[in-house]
Amino acid sequence: MQRRPTGLRGVVALGAAAMLVAVACGTGTPSGGNKVTVIGTWGGAEQEAFLAMVKPWEEKTGNVVQYTGTRDINAVLTTGVASGILPDLAGLPGPGQMFEWGKSGALKPLDDVLDIETYKAETSPAFVDLGTVDGKIVGVFIKSALKGLIWYNPGDYTGGAPASWDDVMSTSTGGAEALWCVGIESGAASGWPGTDWIEDFVLRQSGPDVYDAWVAGTHAWASPEIKSAFEGFGEVLDASYGGADTVVSTNFGDGANPLFTDPPGCVFHHQASFITSFFKDQGGAADGDFDFFPMPDINPAYAGAFTGAGDLFGMFNDKPAARDLLKYLVTAEAQQIWVSIGGALSGNTKVTDYPDDVSKRSAEILGSAKIFRFDGGDLMPTALQSAFFGAIVEFAQDQSKLDEILAGLDEASTAARGG
Amino acid sequence: MDQRLIQAAIVVIGVPGVLIGYVVLAERLLGLFEERRRARIRPWIWIAPAVLFLVVFLVYPTFNTIVLSFQDKAGQAFVGLANYEYFFSNSDTLVSLRNTVLWVVLMTLGVVGLGLVIAILVDRVRYESIAKSVIFVPLAISFVAASIIWTFMYQFRAPGSTQTGTLNAVLGLVGLGPEAFIQTAPFNNVFLIIVGIWMWTGFAMVILSAGLKGISTELLEAARVDGANELQVFRGIIFPLLLPTIFVVGTTIVITALKSFDVIYTMTSGNFDTSVIAFQMYKEMFTAGHLGRASAVAIVLLVTIIPFMAHNIRRFREQEAIR
Repeated sequence: MQRRPTGLRGVVALGAAAMLVAVACGTGTPSGGNKVTVIGTWGGAEQEAFLAMVKPWEEKTGNVVQYTGTRDINAVLTTGVASGILPDLAGLPGPGQMFEWGKSGALKPLDDVLDIETYKAETSPAFVDLGTVDGKIVGVFIKSALKGLIWYNPGDYTGGAPASWDDVMSTSTGGAEALWCVGIESGAASGWPGTDWIEDFVLRQSGPDVYDAWVAGTHAWASPEIKSAFEGFGEVLDASYGGADTVVSTNFGDGANPLFTDPPGCVFHHQASFITSFFKDQGGAADGDFDFFPMPDINPAYAGAFTGAGDLFGMFNDKPAARDLLKYLVTAEAQQIWVSIGGALSGNTKVTDYPDDVSKRSAEILGSAKIFRFDGGDLMPTALQSAFFGAIVEFAQDQSKLDEILAGLDEASTAARGG
Repeated sequence: MDQRLIQAAIVVIGVPGVLIGYVVLAERLLGLFEERRRARIRPWIWIAPAVLFLVVFLVYPTFNTIVLSFQDKAGQAFVGLANYEYFFSNSDTLVSLRNTVLWVVLMTLGVVGLGLVIAILVDRVRYESIAKSVIFVPLAISFVAASIIWTFMYQFRAPGSTQTGTLNAVLGLVGLGPEAFIQTAPFNNVFLIIVGIWMWTGFAMVILSAGLKGISTELLEAARVDGANELQVFRGIIFPLLLPTIFVVGTTIVITALKSFDVIYTMTSGNFDTSVIAFQMYKEMFTAGHLGRASAVAIVLLVTIIPFMAHNIRRFREQEAIR
């Protein structure tokens, strides 16, 4: 290995393969039940929540779920699809990747796995559509999140929900150092919190048609609409705590910490509904120290528009126990468990028992949104999404490069779509 | 019994079993030939498994990579030199090429230079083995762990807030900073390379120190008796005699620097203009899923490394010949 230039790829592939072998090996268990291997991106509290979610199923069926969490799920599954050594069920990196694997047949169709009538009746149509490839359902949502929420500390900001975006931007900073807190560092996915900003701006400024065309690759990045979204984000960056170096070097989980310091570092923080657990764990906030209002409409023609995301799940090995687990995971009964633990919204509309006010209101907004769009970056081809992440980091460091960055993204879009 | 225990048992018993079987079978087979021929056939039989492994795991993948580098994204149609053209025209890969050159030059100079200085200095102190151990320890740490350690060293917090990064905390004490070490191009590359130097200096030091011990003390004494000062001794005797060792260490570090990946992946993920060729290869393979381009990058890396390896092997042979 030491002197082989191709060794690196080998090592990564080998590591990934070893991981898959580790979870894919062995079907028998001492209790006589079957083992279902699952790979996902969840670690820590999220992993515990998932395991709590599958526990009743394990107890009922006697089967065992063997879960492995990895942040580099894309590399693990890409190698797995190539080698054929795959977990039974897996969290998927995003709809873009799911689409490719659904088309190639690596992901097994779920139409005869799920109780399709019930699934369609209980799941919001947007989510059903997102999991469908060539008319067949290959992906289901384990949980979902509402994006475009603006968080504040009620102890410092008492202005309620501003009526317009301009009102938000002209809010007085009061005793705080800056208006916004932004943190976009996230390892290999650094930049993603900024992509949420851009998506929220595109949808609210230019509407769902432009949004869809942009995501699909038929609306240019260098167009005035997308450029205007970046400029909107640029104004936020200009008014952000600590300046550009702080924005690019602060982890998204720590991003909101200055909301809870005394004196506060900032007034507002823009993030999806999942962030509350980070407020408590990283920012030292308690319940009641944070509240939110939804990001206001910008163009009144597209009032009530929201973006969101969710964790997709698919099946690679068609085994009875895997089928049974998947069937269980989409039920309201199963999804209620994670929702009750906190930090998740359900994709299942029958789940209504939310543990706190924040998630309850998020779920209501998700259910009543007039225009709802899935996270655009997640829908783009992986290579383009990765370029989008990188572009955000570059833009946050030097806004004067915007035209160059957008031209680069147009190139990346053409390349990623096989042009 | 647990499936894994059974698998472990198979490995523990099976592997030696197969090896012994091969030995027995090979000797049986040799018995079929006449005495004179056996001597000629035997080496081939013993070397066959190694050759087989080399072909399967090294030669075949290399040729396959070469073929793939001329093919499209999915490895289905030939596209000529398009992947190489992309490599030498795309602004991201050009930046990574520049950074790899930086890594090779700075890391090699840093590691060999520091290693040499330390080797010579510790040669003169009583607690040599302790000093050497301390400097050698970083090599035992994985690249990822070292990168995380240095991430904390370089950490940046908003001006005015408490600096949690060691370096920025120190800068703060003397009223400077904070500096965004790993976020500010182009010097962030230097700060990343320092991590590589920190890790590999111990390696260079140990090898050079061993070389130093090999220099005859009589020669050094004679020079000193003749009135040469320490600098003259170093320039006239130590350095020329150590040169072959320096070359071996140097080429090893050049190859390490060419393959650098972990530090960049862990500390910046290729952002802030810090990407290198090996990282670009990973990105083309695993984010873009472009077999052709990833293979082209691998081949560029291979072609760059070959001269250094060839040089290393030639040196090695020369040394063997002297012995």
